[in-house]
Amino acid sequence: MKYARLIWVNLIRNKRRTILTVLSVAVALFLFTTLRSVVTALNAVSEVGSESRLVVSSAMGITFPLPQSYYERLRAQEGVESVTWANWFGGVYVDPSNFFAQFAIDAETYLPMYPEVVVPEDQRAAFLAERTGALVGSGLMERFGWSLGQSVTLQGTIIPGDWEFTIRAVYDPNPASYGDQLFFFHYDHLYEGSNQQMSPGWYALQLADPNSAPEVINRIDAIYENSTAPTKTETERAFQTGFVTMWGNIGFLVQAIGTAVFFAILLVSANTMMMAGRERISENAVLKTLGFPDGLLFVFVLIEAVTITLLGGALGVFGAKAMFGPGNPMTMFIPGFEVHTSTVTLGLTIAIVLGLVSGFVPAFQAMRLSVVQSLRRVA
Amino acid sequence: MALVEISNLRKVYHRDSQEIPVFDAVDLELDSGGFLALMGPSGSGKTTLLNILAGLDSPTSGSVMVDGQEITGMKPKQLAAWRARHVGFIFQFYNLLPVLTAFQNVELPLLLTKLSKKDRRDHVMTAMGVVGLTDRADHFPRQLSGGQEQRVGIARAIVSDPTMILADEPTGDLDAKSADEILTLLQRLNEEFGKTIMMVTHDAHAAERAHATTHLDKGVLHR
Amino acid sequence: MKIPILYNLRSLKERPVSTLTTAAGMALVVAVFVAMMALSNGFRAAMVRTGSSDNAFVLRRGATAEMYSGIGRNGVSIVAGMPFVARDANNLPLISPEIFVVLGLRRLNGGLANVVVRGVSARVMQVRDNIEITEGRAFRPGAAEILIGEAIIDRFPNTAVGDTFKFGGRDWTVVGHFSAGGSSFESEVWGENELLMPVFRGEVFQSISFRMTDPGSFDGVKQTLEDDRRLFVEVFRENEFYASQSELLGQILNFIAVFIAGVMAVGAVFGAINTMYAAVSSRAPEIAVLLTLGFKPGNVLSSFLAEAVLIAFLGGLAGCIITLPINGLVTSTTNWNSFSEVAFAFRVTPNVLVNGMIFAVVMGLIGGFFPARKAAKQPVVVALREG
Repeated sequence: MKYARLIWVNLIRNKRRTILTVLSVAVALFLFTTLRSVVTALNAVSEVGSESRLVVSSAMGITFPLPQSYYERLRAQEGVESVTWANWFGGVYVDPSNFFAQFAIDAETYLPMYPEVVVPEDQRAAFLAERTGALVGSGLMERFGWSLGQSVTLQGTIIPGDWEFTIRAVYDPNPASYGDQLFFFHYDHLYEGSNQQMSPGWYALQLADPNSAPEVINRIDAIYENSTAPTKTETERAFQTGFVTMWGNIGFLVQAIGTAVFFAILLVSANTMMMAGRERISENAVLKTLGFPDGLLFVFVLIEAVTITLLGGALGVFGAKAMFGPGNPMTMFIPGFEVHTSTVTLGLTIAIVLGLVSGFVPAFQAMRLSVVQSLRRVA
Repeated sequence: MALVEISNLRKVYHRDSQEIPVFDAVDLELDSGGFLALMGPSGSGKTTLLNILAGLDSPTSGSVMVDGQEITGMKPKQLAAWRARHVGFIFQFYNLLPVLTAFQNVELPLLLTKLSKKDRRDHVMTAMGVVGLTDRADHFPRQLSGGQEQRVGIARAIVSDPTMILADEPTGDLDAKSADEILTLLQRLNEEFGKTIMMVTHDAHAAERAHATTHLDKGVLHR
Repeated sequence: MKIPILYNLRSLKERPVSTLTTAAGMALVVAVFVAMMALSNGFRAAMVRTGSSDNAFVLRRGATAEMYSGIGRNGVSIVAGMPFVARDANNLPLISPEIFVVLGLRRLNGGLANVVVRGVSARVMQVRDNIEITEGRAFRPGAAEILIGEAIIDRFPNTAVGDTFKFGGRDWTVVGHFSAGGSSFESEVWGENELLMPVFRGEVFQSISFRMTDPGSFDGVKQTLEDDRRLFVEVFRENEFYASQSELLGQILNFIAVFIAGVMAVGAVFGAINTMYAAVSSRAPEIAVLLTLGFKPGNVLSSFLAEAVLIAFLGGLAGCIITLPINGLVTSTTNWNSFSEVAFAFRVTPNVLVNGMIFAVVMGLIGGFFPARKAAKQPVVVALREG
């Protein structure tokens, strides 16, 4: 494009100013991308989960177990294809900072219900055959450098003591959003090891027809409403979402900060464009004298502004994406933390809008510049 | 018919609620190939007259015809296009873009045309040849002397072969030697290349180089 | 600094748009900084005030949180009989064996929260002496009555005095609200331990809190109880235990505050640098005049630095002012360590505001330094020619 040089020389005219502004935008968009990824990651957690599975937990709260006897009755329910249960173990592996989720499951009923947990057939058999066996996610294997057949000891918190397991199977999650850092072992082992004090933390139900969920939910809760252990039944998705909401007003907080960041950088970028504009009054007058139309000058300034913000934006957005690649430190707090394509797109769009808004006034001023007045100033 | 016909031109400035008349009932003609010097004391409005002729300013009333076209009624967008085609402007303070080389400065008006890059290059080098600065094509304005800068300004003014060249105190900022060179160059453009030139100046010696001189004083044009 | 500050003030007025946009950018950065610091502050304050250094806190050994702990009645009797447990006027031990569970409740503004229900001794207000009934009365021993902490009364349904709270298959009457010196206890529901015990986990307490006769002898107390073979416990100073429970979350909040504000500051500083460089360039002739008059380069540097700081100061002030309204705003999150809801208020303290202003001034200094240096090093002749 023949005008490219004009726009380019204006950008490099004051390299320091251009670079600082680009970096400013980069930094702001890096922050924005990170914050937004926190929100998307938290939301993603609530999207993992099948629509045809229900979770039955104690109405008093997730920390209260349910009677073992509920199993038969739940299985007999109309519309329920299968039932399984699990417990949160909450053990410590060497140090509390090595956090990962551990579940005691009834593998024979659990694994068929969760096809997301993909295990090679031979390993599945090995796991099922051994009471102290463990089924571990591929992500955990990589994180701690474990190998198949390795012995892993967890310090129990709910049930104290050292619990030793042997890794007999490794799973790959499908889809990946299910998470590859889960640790499963046998409920029976927990039951024995706790002197038979344990009972299921929650039950999971597979529905024949997802649309029957509301009806089944009401039915089950009604059965146990007046018992000693009333239930709260919900879809798996609702169950997951519950955990996300425990974070509190995070979503709002993040948005508020994001807005503040946007405006702060808008000001920086607009200031830059205005300073540049002021310096170029006489030059713009000359261009107009030569016959450059007003509209063209308007476009020049806007292109200049958008180039700066888009460059900075790309730097910030892709920088964040590179920094939070697979297995980054943030995944410890929020599983699956990554920068989605939608966030990248949003970030770049914001960068463009930033350029347009901050360049608007100087562009408008350039367009409306009175040649006569400006030349008068110089001469 | 003359190339430039200005009839009954009147310009009045409005500041707050005051009316400040600049000139009134100005008639002026310039033939093709002519070289006119416009003189007058400071503040007489000669630059304003030049600006109106260049399509940079509009008169309060009156008519300006260039090559058979009436320009006083044109919209800014039309004027811009008209200016690109018909006017080559030379400024007192050269007004080169400091971020562009001499070559690139001269090339500017051509960017508004549909010429190819190669054609543009040819035109620029030709213009620079006329002003004698081909060896300085890649220099930046800050690397040039005042006289050289003005020559680049002239090259820029002629590169698209405009209908007329308008010069506003072209030697006002130059030392005697450089001023002389510039005026010689302008004369050459006029005599050898047949360029129509109108030059505003307050220097009588400069005015001598033109074919004719006219004076603008207290808003009235004298021969 | 010899060059009068009036020069700087006037110069700022000369370029109002530039000055205001730079100051506004800084204002936003300072506002975010102050808000985040207030958040982190509020959380830390709540946790730090929880518990007393005069009290010892006993958990089952190996329990990383109250929820996982279990101490039988036997253990409680043994501890209560120890000589280092303080006694009240009636020679009753100042001890509160406690039940700790979390109920899953829906917040009024949406979302799930694990609210702590603590079964305390009827004499808990002597064991922990910053507890005050702010409305209604304390629960009567033997009655299905509960108290709701100040921090959560507006956040959950059925928490007004006289309301009925349902859990554990029983109806509980809210008979009062209590405050606890701004500590995390204010995010809890309290009832009598003996009454709550059978509702939840059976014949086990989760913790024992008691007043020490001599808080200075804590180490001895700890040793004695932990060595006792009849018990299987770990002992902490009560306040230190709660502080450690919130450490991770506190660190996370702090990190977030510093990270976000730091990143924004970098952006704002770049903007300030640009503004100041532009100012220095456009005022080259003025600077030359100052130098000609006899002011030293050092004076010029200080002057421009002061100008940058002035802008930053204005921005900082504005930022602090716009953040003031959030003081006292209550928010809550889950302390994953204890798996319980903790509500706390943004606390915009003078300390936080001062830090915000310092932050602003530092931004101004960093942003103004290089441009100021350039101004000072300017050769006089160049400046005059440019003018």
